[in-house]
Amino acid sequence: MRPPRHPPYLLMLTTESSLEPTPSETAGLGLSTGARGLALLGGVAVVVLILIAVKGYQPAAQATANGLVAGTYFALGAVGLALVFGVLRLVNFAHGDFLTFGAYAALLANAFFRLPIIVATAIAIVATALLGAILELAIWRPMRARRAGGLQLLLIAIGLAYVIRNGIQIAAGAEPRSLHVDVTSAVSFMGGIRLGTTELTVVLIGLVVLVLVAIMLSVSRLGKEMRALADNVSLAEVAGVDTGRVIISTWLVAGGLAGLAGVLVAAAVGVLTPQFGFQLLLSLFAATVLGGIGNAYGALAGGLLLGLTQEWSTLFIDPRWKLAVGFAILILTLLIRPNGLLGRPALK
Amino acid sequence: MIPHLISIAPFAHADFWLGVGIVAGIYSIFTLGLQLNVGFTGIVNLGQAGFMAIGAYAMAILILTYGWSPWLALPAATLIAMLAGVIVAMPAVRLRGDYLAIATIAAAEIVQSVAQNAISLTGGNNGLLGFDAAWQTIQVWLLGALSSIGLGDMDQIPLFAVTWITFAVLLAILVTLQRTPWGRVLRAIREDEDAAEALGKNTYAYKVQSLALAAGIGAIAGYLLALNITLIYPGTYSADFTFIGFAILVLGGLGSYSGVALGSVLLWFVLEGARFVDLPLSADKVAALRLLIVGLVLILVMALRPQGILGKREEMVLRG
Repeated sequence: MRPPRHPPYLLMLTTESSLEPTPSETAGLGLSTGARGLALLGGVAVVVLILIAVKGYQPAAQATANGLVAGTYFALGAVGLALVFGVLRLVNFAHGDFLTFGAYAALLANAFFRLPIIVATAIAIVATALLGAILELAIWRPMRARRAGGLQLLLIAIGLAYVIRNGIQIAAGAEPRSLHVDVTSAVSFMGGIRLGTTELTVVLIGLVVLVLVAIMLSVSRLGKEMRALADNVSLAEVAGVDTGRVIISTWLVAGGLAGLAGVLVAAAVGVLTPQFGFQLLLSLFAATVLGGIGNAYGALAGGLLLGLTQEWSTLFIDPRWKLAVGFAILILTLLIRPNGLLGRPALK
Repeated sequence: MIPHLISIAPFAHADFWLGVGIVAGIYSIFTLGLQLNVGFTGIVNLGQAGFMAIGAYAMAILILTYGWSPWLALPAATLIAMLAGVIVAMPAVRLRGDYLAIATIAAAEIVQSVAQNAISLTGGNNGLLGFDAAWQTIQVWLLGALSSIGLGDMDQIPLFAVTWITFAVLLAILVTLQRTPWGRVLRAIREDEDAAEALGKNTYAYKVQSLALAAGIGAIAGYLLALNITLIYPGTYSADFTFIGFAILVLGGLGSYSGVALGSVLLWFVLEGARFVDLPLSADKVAALRLLIVGLVLILVMALRPQGILGKREEMVLRG
């Protein structure tokens, strides 16, 4: 089959890859990344040891623990972004606001209806998963049927981000709010690392879910179908994958994880405003790009790595530059290894 | 609705709408740069607010910290913004469309972070004041001239005039450029970059030039914005500015420079006209409602009429 020529005007974003992803872009979804993952883990260990040698045990260990907290919710947020990009080739600018939506759904259940935080979290996961699925049915599926181009989809996603975020602000107001979680008690462990009990809970829940997601992707039928679709839509369809069902499932998983991530951020940070998801979005992009955009395993690793690097940077420079460090990492990765740390080197 | 309002309190409302016209004009100039990039070159620049910030801050810092004359500081700051455009573009335009969009918005967020945190340079969140002494002098002189013809109450007229004259000049330059061989190569890149490359055009250089020129245009919008609010602070140059610019861009139509003015006037007429509808909402909710409308405009135009109001249908139709 001839490749489509003349990317039409509105198809100017990602046209080629959306139709025929090159092997280098999708290889990262295979398990062949295991070795790279191990190498990455080794690299992290070496950096921690160097930091301990340079800055002393307690500061370095504390920064690493803080980095794990942030990295956990970066990773949970980023994996949904990567799944949607992998399966649909859609850069979902509204994904950050999915996190906000989840956090406010939990807030409504927890602070307004006085439900326990566990129930509120479950409600947030279900509500955000449904939001993803409803938007797929109401907007994305009809737009795909009309063969909308990349720029059209990107701008619709940005528009959705504005509608969700500002809809929340109109409903809930702009003032900072808090979930009913324990923000005062803290624990010390491993010789002087101090974390809030809530932060520790967030890390533990987050890491467990991340492992479950990785297992789901590698062994479950749905995970395999998602990866097949990300690899090559036509081949997956020929092989009998029900694309409509897999796409809906992708949105459910991405939305559910975003909802959970939103609650975890709100719990760990302590306060939330309608803006927080969008402010987090670029960090989530940074995490997905670090891991190789569209590569779900990569996004897990990229999120953790981004959180760690940002916190490590505070050992050397003022913490207020933390965000800028994240964006600089994003740009550097795009320049040096556009296919991410876990992807193969770029062809182009 | 508007003629009615004007007939009730002619001068108050005329001045209000002149103020809206200034904002619409500043956004029009800003979006001309986006049109050059997105509509005519096919590169999705999501960092335009960052270039605008660089221009405005460079202008103010040269005047306040280094004591430069504004007549020297303005061209110098424009060059600095264009240089920033080149620095961002050189690596970024090599990237595929969606990566480029993310890289440019990340660059703009770094600018935003520097504006907030490099306090000794930028004043942090307090911003910079007092860079507009020369403009105040000119404005007083212009208002004196206006009052001699009975328009002394309308103190928004000078900036309104400067803004729209600037827009007209830039519009003329861009429309002319588009008709030169340079403009035709940009269009060819948008249509089919590989083909342009095959014809021996250095598409990379053209894309860098397009982004640098847009950055310069963004800087000019930044000066006018700074004059309008007499203060330069980080919040003014947030990503919201870029995305409102995109709503204006698609509303007016991709590939139409004059559509930019139409889109901007239309959007700001709706956003500001909403003030006259009594809503039981607090100030932050009204602000949210305005941005919600911006989001709806993006969604509806892209879903229902992707070529916008003045965009050319034939440029949207799928070929090949």
